[in-house]
Amino acid sequence: MDTDLTTRIANDPRYQQLKASRSTFGWWLTLAMLVVYYGFILLVAFDKPFLATRLGQGVTTIGMPVGLAVIVFTIVITGIYVRRANREFDALSEQIVKEALK
Amino acid sequence: MSRRRDSMRQLLTLAALSGVAAAAWAAGADLGQAEKQATNWTAITMFAVFVVGTLFITKWAAAKTKSAADFYTAGGGITGFQNGLAIAGDYMSAASFLGISAAVMVGGFDGLIYSIGFLVGWPVVTFLLAERLRNLGKFTFADVAAFRFDQTPVRVFAASGTLVVVAFYLIAQMVGAGQLIKLLFGLEYWIAVVIVGALMMVYVLFGGMTATTWVQIIKACLLLAGATFMAFMVLLHFGFSTEAMFAKAVDVKTGIATAAGKPAAEAAAQGFSIMGPGGFIKDPVSAISFGMALMFGTAGLPHILMRFFTVPNAKEARKSVLWATTWIGYFYILTFIIGFGAITFVLTNPQFLDAKGGLLGGGNMAAIHLANAVGGNVFLGFISAVAFATILAVVAGLTLSGASAVSHDLYATVFKKGNADSAAELKVSRLTTVALGIVAVVLGIVFEKQNIAFMVSLAFAIAASANFPVLLMSVLWKDCTTRGAVIGGFLGLASSVILTIVSPSVWEATLGNPKGSALFPYASPALFSMTIGFVGIWLFSVLDRSPRARQDRAGFLNQQVRSETGIGASGASGH
Repeated sequence: MDTDLTTRIANDPRYQQLKASRSTFGWWLTLAMLVVYYGFILLVAFDKPFLATRLGQGVTTIGMPVGLAVIVFTIVITGIYVRRANREFDALSEQIVKEALK
Repeated sequence: MSRRRDSMRQLLTLAALSGVAAAAWAAGADLGQAEKQATNWTAITMFAVFVVGTLFITKWAAAKTKSAADFYTAGGGITGFQNGLAIAGDYMSAASFLGISAAVMVGGFDGLIYSIGFLVGWPVVTFLLAERLRNLGKFTFADVAAFRFDQTPVRVFAASGTLVVVAFYLIAQMVGAGQLIKLLFGLEYWIAVVIVGALMMVYVLFGGMTATTWVQIIKACLLLAGATFMAFMVLLHFGFSTEAMFAKAVDVKTGIATAAGKPAAEAAAQGFSIMGPGGFIKDPVSAISFGMALMFGTAGLPHILMRFFTVPNAKEARKSVLWATTWIGYFYILTFIIGFGAITFVLTNPQFLDAKGGLLGGGNMAAIHLANAVGGNVFLGFISAVAFATILAVVAGLTLSGASAVSHDLYATVFKKGNADSAAELKVSRLTTVALGIVAVVLGIVFEKQNIAFMVSLAFAIAASANFPVLLMSVLWKDCTTRGAVIGGFLGLASSVILTIVSPSVWEATLGNPKGSALFPYASPALFSMTIGFVGIWLFSVLDRSPRARQDRAGFLNQQVRSETGIGASGASGH
C-alpha cells in the first residue's frame, strides 16, 4: 500500500472517528465481559453459600440462573458488538475506502 | 483430604481438557486403566458411514485444492456461518462433551463453572482481534504478528509458539483418541491411534483446509443434533421442569450418600451440594490464573486463529465468532442438562454400574451411558461414532496449522525470504503434514500410559502467555518493536513452560516428586507468565533505540489503516 494513500486515509476525520469509536466500544465491552466473568469467579471463590441459596420452596438455587445468565450475557454482548459493527463501522469504513481510492 | 485434592485435580484436569482440545479427553491415567469394551458393531458401522462420507468430501475438496491459499485457507471462500460452525466444532470436542457432562454428573454446579470459563474468551476475541486478524493476515497468525516487523525473528518465534502448542495438543489428542476408541469400539489402542493418524493425513494432504473445515462442520452438526436429542429426552421425562430435574438429582445423590452410611442430615447436605459451588475453586489465585489461561489461551491457539483467514472479509470473520459463541453457549447448556440427566438415568441403573457403584468404562462415560438409556443401542452407536469423528476433525485442524507454520512461516518466509512459489510451498506443507502425522502416531503410542493432562494445560498456558501477548501488542500498540515482541514472546513461552513443570500437577503427580515439593503452588501459571510476557514486550520495546525500532514504529500507521479499514487486505482468491 502506498504511503500517500495511507496518509490520506489517516488524515480523514471519519477515519479518526471510526478508529476511536470502534476501539472505545471494543474496550468497554471487553471490560464488561471481564467484570461479569471475574465477578462470577470471585463469587464462587469467596461467597459459595450465596450461590447455594434456595430460590423459593424447591431445590433450585440462585447459582443456576446466575450461571445461565453469564452464558447468555456472553452471547448477547458478542451480538451487540457485531450488530453495531455491521451497521455503523462497516458503512463508515466503506465510505472512507471509496473516497480514498477515488 | 488427599482424596478431595485428587478429585479437585481431576476436575481441573477435566476442565483443561474440555477446552478447545478434543484432546486429551480426560486424565489419561484414568483411562489407561479402563478395560477394553466389547466390540460395538453399531458404533463401528456408523463410524464407517461417517468416514466414507468424509472421504467423498475430501475427494471433492482435493479437486479444488490447487494453490497454497486453497490448502491453508480454503481459498478464503468459507462463509461466516460455516466458519462459525467449524470454530464451534473445534471447541465442542469429545473432551467437552464427555468431560463436562461427567463433571456435571459428579459435581453438579461445578461443571457449569468450567463451561463458562471456556466460553468467555470468545467475546474478547471478537472485540479486539477477529477483524484485525482478517484484515492483516493471509495464512497464519505470524502474518499478523510480523506485519511491520523484521520478518525472520518474529516468524521464528511465531512458528516456535505454534509448533509447541500444536505438538502438546496433538500428542494429547492422539492418546485421548486411542483411549476413547478402546473404550467405545473395543479396538486395540495402537490400531486406534494408527487409524486416527492415517485418516487425518488423508483429509489434510488431499483436501487441505476445505476438507478439514467441512469435516469439522458435519461433525459439529451431528454432535449438536445428538446432544439436543439427549437433552430433549431428559427434559421430556421431567415435563420440561428443570426444578423437577434438579429435585430428582438431589434425591438420587442423597440416596447414594445414605447408602454409603452417612447420617440423614449429612446425606441430605451432600445431596444438595450439587446445586451450588463445591470444591472446584479453593484459592482465588488459582481460580483467576486458570480463568486467564482459558480466556486468553483461546485467543492464542494457532488452529483457531487460522480459521479467521478462511472467510472472505472482516465482516464474515466477525459473524463467524458470533455464530461460534452462540453454538458453543448452547452446547454447554445442553451438556449441563445431560449431566443432570445422567444422575437420574445412569446412576440409578445397575446396568451401567460396576460392583462398587462406579460407572462402567470409567467416570467419563456418563454421556455415553445416557445415550444408551434415552435412545437405545442405535443411538449409543451414533454418539460413539460422533465422539470419534470429533477427535479426527480436531486432529486434522491442528496438523494443518502446524504444517502451515513450517511451510509458510519457516520455509517460504524465513528460508526463501518470501520468494518461494506456491507449488513449492504446497509441497513443503504436504511433506510436513506427513511428518507431523507420523510423529503424532509414534508419540501417541509412546505416551499411552502417561498422564497427558499437563500437555493440554501447557498448550493453553503457552498460547495465552506467548502467542496472545505478541499478537495483541503488535496489532494495538504503536511503540512495539521487533526486539520487544521477540524477547517478550520467548519470555512468556519459557516462563509458562517452566512454571507448568514445577507446578503440583506435573512436578508431583507426573514426575513423582513428594507431595508439597512443587515450587509453584498454583494450578495454572497464566497469571504470572502472561504478566511476564506483556511486561517483557513493553520493557524491551521501550528500551529499544535501534534503527530497526524506528522503522517498526513508523510502520504502525500503515498497519493500523489496513487493520481498521481492510484496504489492501488479501481477499478470497477468485475461483
